[in-house]
Amino acid sequence: MLKKKEKALIKEIWDRLTPVAEDIGADALLRMFASYPGSKTYFSHVDIRPGSPHLLSHGKKIVLAIVEAAKDISQLTVTLAPLQTFHAYQLRIDPTNFKLFSHCILVTLACHMGEDFTPTAHAAMDKFLSAFAAVLAEKYR
Amino acid sequence: MVEWTDFERETIQNIFAQMDYEEIGPAALSRCLVVYPWTQRYFGNFGNLYNAAAIKSNPLIAVHGKTILHGLDRAVKNMDDIKTAYKELSVLHSEKLHVDPDNFKLLADCLTIVLAAKLGSSFTPDIQAAFQKFMAVVVNSLGRQYH
Repeated sequence: MLKKKEKALIKEIWDRLTPVAEDIGADALLRMFASYPGSKTYFSHVDIRPGSPHLLSHGKKIVLAIVEAAKDISQLTVTLAPLQTFHAYQLRIDPTNFKLFSHCILVTLACHMGEDFTPTAHAAMDKFLSAFAAVLAEKYR
Repeated sequence: MVEWTDFERETIQNIFAQMDYEEIGPAALSRCLVVYPWTQRYFGNFGNLYNAAAIKSNPLIAVHGKTILHGLDRAVKNMDDIKTAYKELSVLHSEKLHVDPDNFKLLADCLTIVLAAKLGSSFTPDIQAAFQKFMAVVVNSLGRQYH
């Protein structure tokens, strides 16, 4: 369960990262593709090499959705409603991948923030991303 | 038998050669206790674990973090048969310490993140993949003797 202080911290971190959304998103995706090659199967139709335009725009899209959700965490289900439908009926990405991607986001944040990514921030972020993933998968069945 | 590429072997040897055990060991264990508080169940007699600050400054946790990290040395030196190298440690964790093997992955993830924070962008996706593969083998080997 996310406490008030944690929600504020998460919002603050994602607000600060908004200008580099593209870099964060692309980095996390690349990390996922390297560590979990099965995740690449969802991108067989596009160029996902480092620096490719699609990788950058896709990374940016994902991070901006996270930024948006972080603005009011108590409204996750409302904010993510369209994305819930999209993932359930169109994308149909196996939700196990949400966990893998969340882990890679945490690694990216650690690389980016160094010691500012404190255990407390890490815990809050892990909780937020778990909640985000759970809501995202809600319409699957 | 696990197949390692030259890149993976080199990566693992490099990471551990440059590792500051005094810093990374305690950081990884204390992070695990903060991020996954239920892991504190194994540390009932370690003193004050009341909040993140207490955990961070707890001397018993610091010592134990170093012990755990040095425990990985055996795998680093025996990459071609980590399973055998960890047979006794696995029995120890099962029979004596009674640690749920799911916890090994949690600690491994925290170690990965501590390394990432330390190394920054030089912890590239490929290096991360090699490190995670290594830790997955260690985690698997530690859980193998449970019955």
